[in-house]
Amino acid sequence: MFRITYRETLATKIHLFKIEAAAIARKALAGQFVVIRIDEKGERIPLTLADWDAKEGSVTVVFMEVGATTFRLALLKAGDCIADFVGPLGVPSHIDKFGTVVCVAGGVGAAPIAPIAKALKKKGNEIIFILGARSKDLLFWEDKLRSISHRLIVTTDDGTYGRKGVVTEPLKELLESGEKVDRVIAIGPSIMMKFCALTTQPFGVKTIVSLNPIMVDGTGMCGCCRVSVGGVTKFSCVDGPEFDGHQVDWDLLSARLRIYLDEEKCSLEQWQARMGKHS
Amino acid sequence: MPKLNLNREPMTKQDPKTRGKNFNEVALGYSAEQAKAEASRCIQCPKHPCTDGCPVEIDIAGFIKAVLDDNMPEAVRILKDKNSLPGICGRVCPQETQCEQACSLAKKGAPIAIGRLERYVADWERTNMGALNPRAEPPRPTGKQVAVVGSGPAGLVAVADLAKLGHSVTLFEALHVAGGVLMYGIPEFRLPKEIVQAEVAYVASLGVKIELDSVVGKVVTLDELLESGYHALFLGTGAGAPMFMDIPGENLNGIYSANEFLTRVNLMKAYQFPEYDTPVFVGRRVAVIGGGNVAMDSARCALRLDADEVYIIYRRSEVEMPARREEVENAKEEGIQFKLLTNPKRYIGNESGWVVGIECYEMGLGEPDESGRRRPIAKEGSEFILDVDMVVAALGTRPNPLIAQTTSDLKTTKWGTVVADETIGKTMKDRVWAGGDIVTGAATVISAMGAARRAARDIDEYLRG
Ligand SMILES: Cc1cc2nc3c(=O)[nH]c(=O)nc-3n(C[C@H](O)[C@H](O)[C@H](O)COP(=O)(O)OP(=O)(O)OC[C@H]3O[C@@H](n4cnc5c(N)ncnc54)[C@H](O)[C@@H]3O)c2cc1C
Ligand SMILES: Cc1cc2nc3c(=O)[nH]c(=O)nc-3n(C[C@H](O)[C@H](O)[C@H](O)COP(=O)(O)OP(=O)(O)OC[C@H]3O[C@@H](n4cnc5c(N)ncnc54)[C@H](O)[C@@H]3O)c2cc1C
Ligand code: SF4
Ligand code: SF4
Ligand code: FES
Repeated sequence: MFRITYRETLATKIHLFKIEAAAIARKALAGQFVVIRIDEKGERIPLTLADWDAKEGSVTVVFMEVGATTFRLALLKAGDCIADFVGPLGVPSHIDKFGTVVCVAGGVGAAPIAPIAKALKKKGNEIIFILGARSKDLLFWEDKLRSISHRLIVTTDDGTYGRKGVVTEPLKELLESGEKVDRVIAIGPSIMMKFCALTTQPFGVKTIVSLNPIMVDGTGMCGCCRVSVGGVTKFSCVDGPEFDGHQVDWDLLSARLRIYLDEEKCSLEQWQARMGKHS
Repeated sequence: MPKLNLNREPMTKQDPKTRGKNFNEVALGYSAEQAKAEASRCIQCPKHPCTDGCPVEIDIAGFIKAVLDDNMPEAVRILKDKNSLPGICGRVCPQETQCEQACSLAKKGAPIAIGRLERYVADWERTNMGALNPRAEPPRPTGKQVAVVGSGPAGLVAVADLAKLGHSVTLFEALHVAGGVLMYGIPEFRLPKEIVQAEVAYVASLGVKIELDSVVGKVVTLDELLESGYHALFLGTGAGAPMFMDIPGENLNGIYSANEFLTRVNLMKAYQFPEYDTPVFVGRRVAVIGGGNVAMDSARCALRLDADEVYIIYRRSEVEMPARREEVENAKEEGIQFKLLTNPKRYIGNESGWVVGIECYEMGLGEPDESGRRRPIAKEGSEFILDVDMVVAALGTRPNPLIAQTTSDLKTTKWGTVVADETIGKTMKDRVWAGGDIVTGAATVISAMGAARRAARDIDEYLRG
């Protein structure tokens, strides 16, 4: 069993958990993820490492309530335990001195991208951060991200905070302004990552995305997480989750994310009926 | 000499119509009378060819005699002397190519039903001896620590043997339950999970520390284990990485690897969705590609999850099918349809990315290949389309590379299997042994157990120096 030592609600339906997992904290690297299972009847779902502390023996994850598992997870309190917490999984981010790196985060993607940006900054890269959300109440960690970047641009789709619009607009302007950009890293909903990749493609700037297909084991055993990159089938959990965004078959990814739409709805409604809706 | 009795005692099974709708065990086991009737057919051959056919050399004539003599504790003792998992082997061993093939009565077409008798004895032990099982004297601790990676049949045998010899043993398992393929692959209706978990509980009772949720190679490497105080390691991580054919359309929605489908159903209990959170999609018309046990299990799971039509698509003919004979028969009885000498060319999808059909070749058989089986050859121009809305690819598996990737001096073959001495399981890396599917590629439960037993013996010798 793995104990939740701290929890915090960062934004509407976005929560942070700190979990006791010393062995994982010791080995964790930016860009890796864990697979969790709440209890005996729970599903295994992947969550990216948002932070970790080897000394304290803790790992931090940030998740958004979207379906049954994340709904149930949000009901847990500090002191509660979850059955399984497996990691660190996946290939760590490639951290090197690239020059200027633009980190683009969409929604809950702000959390997983933070350790990557931090590591890149430490390597001596110039970090430009674009942080986007649908609306002000979904934004979090603005200060934290500002502290690990040289410049921070905030956008909201509805204009309730920062610049009105989507993240690809400032991204495109940056590239058009002639500013030297050596690498782009985009993490967020797949549609946002896809458009970031499409935006950077004409400029020939290497764009890394962290794919989020449905997973089961997270260790290369089932093939559920397969994606097509450069025409080759890859297992996201062991070959990724980060890939070259210009090579990803986005239509395949979005089709595969819809496999269980009906079941996901049924499962969520069942849990909501049982536990009562909560904010 | 008494007249040979060639009437094999049949096994009582759930009716095919009923069982096609539930996940309860298909074969119901022998009654005491049936077991005795079957045991009485054994002619106690002095040369016991049956024992030579068993990879772990069980004294088959001996345990059968004990059954006949009503000495069940003795039957248990004889079985357990060589096989610590008889309840599992009695159910899943491919007897027709092992002990029963070697039985003197096989020539007459009626070998003793050794597997069924083995199962009978093991089940008797579980229901009758659990409590009165005398606690063996705990072994004298040797002060040596061994780590075993992977909790399939190989790992379970290795930890039990090593613990009984007095070593302090830790078992690392990547998944959230121990048992390997026995838990996530082989379905409940063929091998009740309760039997596997009883074995895991037994191993724990020997003092073995079980670390679940631990992906070795990720959370800790082999070298780190060796540096942190373990004197020896045994790798029993199996061959769990699924292969695909690499043909067009293979990533369409509705196409699973057998591992994914079976894991969702068996390990995650998707057949009890939404009571359990993990869903599984099952189509109306299902094709399973492959002819092994994995294919049969996938097909029969799909049937139990309410598919209307389930096809097995296999590129050779029935005689070449690697699946256990008994399971092929069971599958047929349940209404699985066999499309033999057929192989997929490509998958056809609809506009939302779901599979709607398979274009298949008809196949012919050419000269025998390295495996000794006749090589299947696609007949050009024979293509036809089979309408399906779900596919399970049961095309074989290979070892997961996570450990090899993070261990520089562990030698592997081009198939990803770990190079190890066949008789003692020693790998090319100092203080590391391996056995089971990780060495042989996908094989059998009993061969994995045999390899683990031999490696445990060698590890013990090494530790005692
Ligand atoms: C490597 C990896 C890292 C991830 N890291 C994070 C993270 O740090 N924080 C976070 O909030 N989420 C993360 N996700 C997504 C997270 O795993 C899903 O949100 C979660 O599985 C949903 O489970 P559920 O039961 O609550 O919802 P479900 O009922 O499973 O799904 C509800 C909705 O979410 C969509 N969905 C399902 N699975 C995924 C998925 N894997 N990715 C995206 N959408 C999905 C479905 O299409 C559906 O619309 C990550 C995914 C991957 C593959
Ligand atoms: C569906 C199916 C049906 C079968 N039917 C039969 C049958 O009827 N009869 C028969 O004899 N054989 C059958 N087999 C084959 C048989 O199950 C295998 O040969 C046998 O299980 C191999 O045992 P093993 O211990 O080597 O590996 P496995 O049983 O594969 O166990 C390996 C274990 O190691 C774990 N592991 C892997 N990597 C790591 C890691 N890095 N760190 C920690 N743990 C790890 C895995 O999660 C797994 O639990 C079947 C196989 C399948 C898939
Ligand atoms: S272990 Fe398998 S091969 Fe050996 S006697 Fe039992 S069923 Fe036969
Ligand atoms: S070969 Fe057959 S008949 Fe002979 S002892 Fe063995 S099981 Fe009995
Ligand atoms: S999640 Fe199973 S192989 Fe990636």
